[in-house]
Amino acid sequence: MPTVEMTSHLYRFFPVLEDRELVVPTGSVASVLAEINNLAPGFLDYILDERGALRRHVNISVNDTIVIDKKTLSDRVPDDGTVYIFQALSGG
Amino acid sequence: MSDTILLGTRKGTVIIERSPAGWRPRPIAHQGIPVCYAARDPRDGTLWASLDHGHWGPKLSHSRDGGATWQDVLSLKYPEGARHIIQYLPTPDFDPEAPSGEPEYRDATVYKIWNVTFGSAAQPGRLYAGTIPGGLFVSDDGGESWELNRALWNHASRGGDLFSGEATSETQWGGTPASIDYGVFEPGIHSIVVDPRDPDHVYVAASSAGVLETRDGGKTWAGRNRGMLMDYLPNPLAEWGHDPHFVTACPSQPDHLWQQNHCGVFYSDDGAQNWTKVSEPANGVHFGFPIVADAQDGRTAWVVPARADSERMAIDGGLFVARTTDGGQSWQALRKGLPQDNAYDIVLRHALDAAGDCLCFGSSTGNVYLSEDRGDSWQCLGSNFPPVYSVRFG
Repeated sequence: MPTVEMTSHLYRFFPVLEDRELVVPTGSVASVLAEINNLAPGFLDYILDERGALRRHVNISVNDTIVIDKKTLSDRVPDDGTVYIFQALSGG
Repeated sequence: MSDTILLGTRKGTVIIERSPAGWRPRPIAHQGIPVCYAARDPRDGTLWASLDHGHWGPKLSHSRDGGATWQDVLSLKYPEGARHIIQYLPTPDFDPEAPSGEPEYRDATVYKIWNVTFGSAAQPGRLYAGTIPGGLFVSDDGGESWELNRALWNHASRGGDLFSGEATSETQWGGTPASIDYGVFEPGIHSIVVDPRDPDHVYVAASSAGVLETRDGGKTWAGRNRGMLMDYLPNPLAEWGHDPHFVTACPSQPDHLWQQNHCGVFYSDDGAQNWTKVSEPANGVHFGFPIVADAQDGRTAWVVPARADSERMAIDGGLFVARTTDGGQSWQALRKGLPQDNAYDIVLRHALDAAGDCLCFGSSTGNVYLSEDRGDSWQCLGSNFPPVYSVRFG
């Protein structure tokens, strides 16, 4: 089953996700994110806009590959894959 | 008399309280998160903050315990099918007369929740929020759920009803530079004025479109830009394309409206049916962002002038507030207690407020000044705040 890792910045808003292994059913990136949202209601609002598209300054990769479909998150996540959620850096 | 001031800053929400020892800031809330607007709902005491997350999208946050704890409100979203005509940042060779080709459309998403405005006492639970890209949202349950005002979103001046696909495909609204940070060039609603006499009577101001009024609770809207003059389009009298920086009204005399516009200070004493330019450029009163009206006297207002508009900082290094008590016929520069050398502050559109005889403003250089005598003299409440986006008495 795939696992999910994310920037520690998100733990500030969703402490329930910290210090645990996040294992989710195989599926698309969208379904993986929905599983995380079940654990941490509101999580999707931080990652996706109201159209379900990836927010402009958020990146997601499956293993080493940045997801291609940023509009509907349809990329498949293999059974042994890891989904990484991280932020595009910006400063100030 | 108010004992609380809320600051929305680049690094969080600051609550400053009056104590026997003077005004003291509490530890910052929303630490590290840009807060573009923070205010207290006078009806139930709820504190509201608009979070301008760089990565995680705009969020509203509210506190029902005076700022001890805050909770996210995640329900402000454009509905399925909400679209707008894409605006483009004018380049140096931009020709507004040139045909722009086929319009392009984009699904709407909230880039910024620019302000939150509280409904009248007659409508408990009614809240308004103005956004980039130019949508007005309304809540009737204290912010638990929000709905886009479709009549304004679908206004003919914006291209008509894009939900149904039957648009005129022309928009006369321009973008605001405040949207550029989000990688777009779209309009934004930053000012919402509710008539305390009639909750169905509301004004909004959008950059760069102008002022609109509804008298039927948001079912229909009409432009209210007669008398407005602009100096950046070929036709200074054009109905649309105005850049109000902030619009407000006198709470006790709501037909007296004030507008700090990109192109000067404007005043209306007839409910925005007609505007009159009341700038006094020789004395520096012309360009700026914020404006506040006295709570009792509709002819009294304050602005914080700045050098227009390529510099956008204090005029000649001296920071001052200008006050009129005669509907803008004359202005008095108020400088006592404000720095008169090497000051480069700019005060943004939501960063000036008044409560009784108190006025307070904060600048993008992190200075906050308070007057307790209607602006005659000022004291500094701190010089090391983050850049200040909003100041509201609580």
